[in-house]
Amino acid sequence: MTKVVFAIVAATMAFGAVRLVTTKNLVHGALYLVITLLGAAVVFLLTLAEFVAWVQVLIYVGAVIVLLLFGLMLTRAPIGKTALDNSQRGIAALVAGGLFLLISTVTWTAFDSQRIEFIEPTTSVQLGEELFTKMVLPFEIVSVLLLAALVGAVILAKRDD
Amino acid sequence: MPVQWLLLLSAFLFSVGVYGVLARRNAVIVLMSIELMLNAVNLNLVGFNAMLQDRALVGQLFALFVITIAAAELGVGLAIVILVYRNRTTVSIDEVSLMKW
Repeated sequence: MTKVVFAIVAATMAFGAVRLVTTKNLVHGALYLVITLLGAAVVFLLTLAEFVAWVQVLIYVGAVIVLLLFGLMLTRAPIGKTALDNSQRGIAALVAGGLFLLISTVTWTAFDSQRIEFIEPTTSVQLGEELFTKMVLPFEIVSVLLLAALVGAVILAKRDD
Repeated sequence: MPVQWLLLLSAFLFSVGVYGVLARRNAVIVLMSIELMLNAVNLNLVGFNAMLQDRALVGQLFALFVITIAAAELGVGLAIVILVYRNRTTVSIDEVSLMKW
């Protein structure tokens, strides 16, 4: 059962990703990215990482996509007027294909016969306890980094009159 | 479920992201491709956490950190893109080549 669901979700995610980098319409590209990100949330649910799945839905599908659509609209994305790919397209395809072959063969041979066993889902209580005991310093550092990024983004995008 | 399936999916998503970064012209699409690559890494982290049955949940916590960093990166990246658009009325990466060797 899990295998069937995973296969369907993986095929959908791959379709969304490929359409994102090949579509002519940039807004459609953002919507194809939604498919892939939602698929990732389903995979997180399948691997029993419940909290990460909901964070994925809230932050990526909720916030990041809206931000990207605003970015497309504020920069008046040209649709169908100019070529969307640059001249390095062939080299890029070669590099990406080679990278896929390399990563997939290495991981396929390295993790042969390793399996994901499904025992019990991770509760957000467990995750919170780990986060606020052992990982509290990285957590604080990340929060300071987010603040710095926020201030930096405001200062960059502000018009100085 | 064999863990290789998950690794194959994430390798594919990462490679598609690399293609998008290298071949696409619009800066916002390049940012989207970067999100794709970060998501592939998250899939790997959560998958390995499930494979190792890690009680400390390091994989999932790192996935959460990666999501946070991706949001911060996207905010600053879009601010830069909008600034470039305001100055040059284009977000085509080919035309923004002042600092290119």
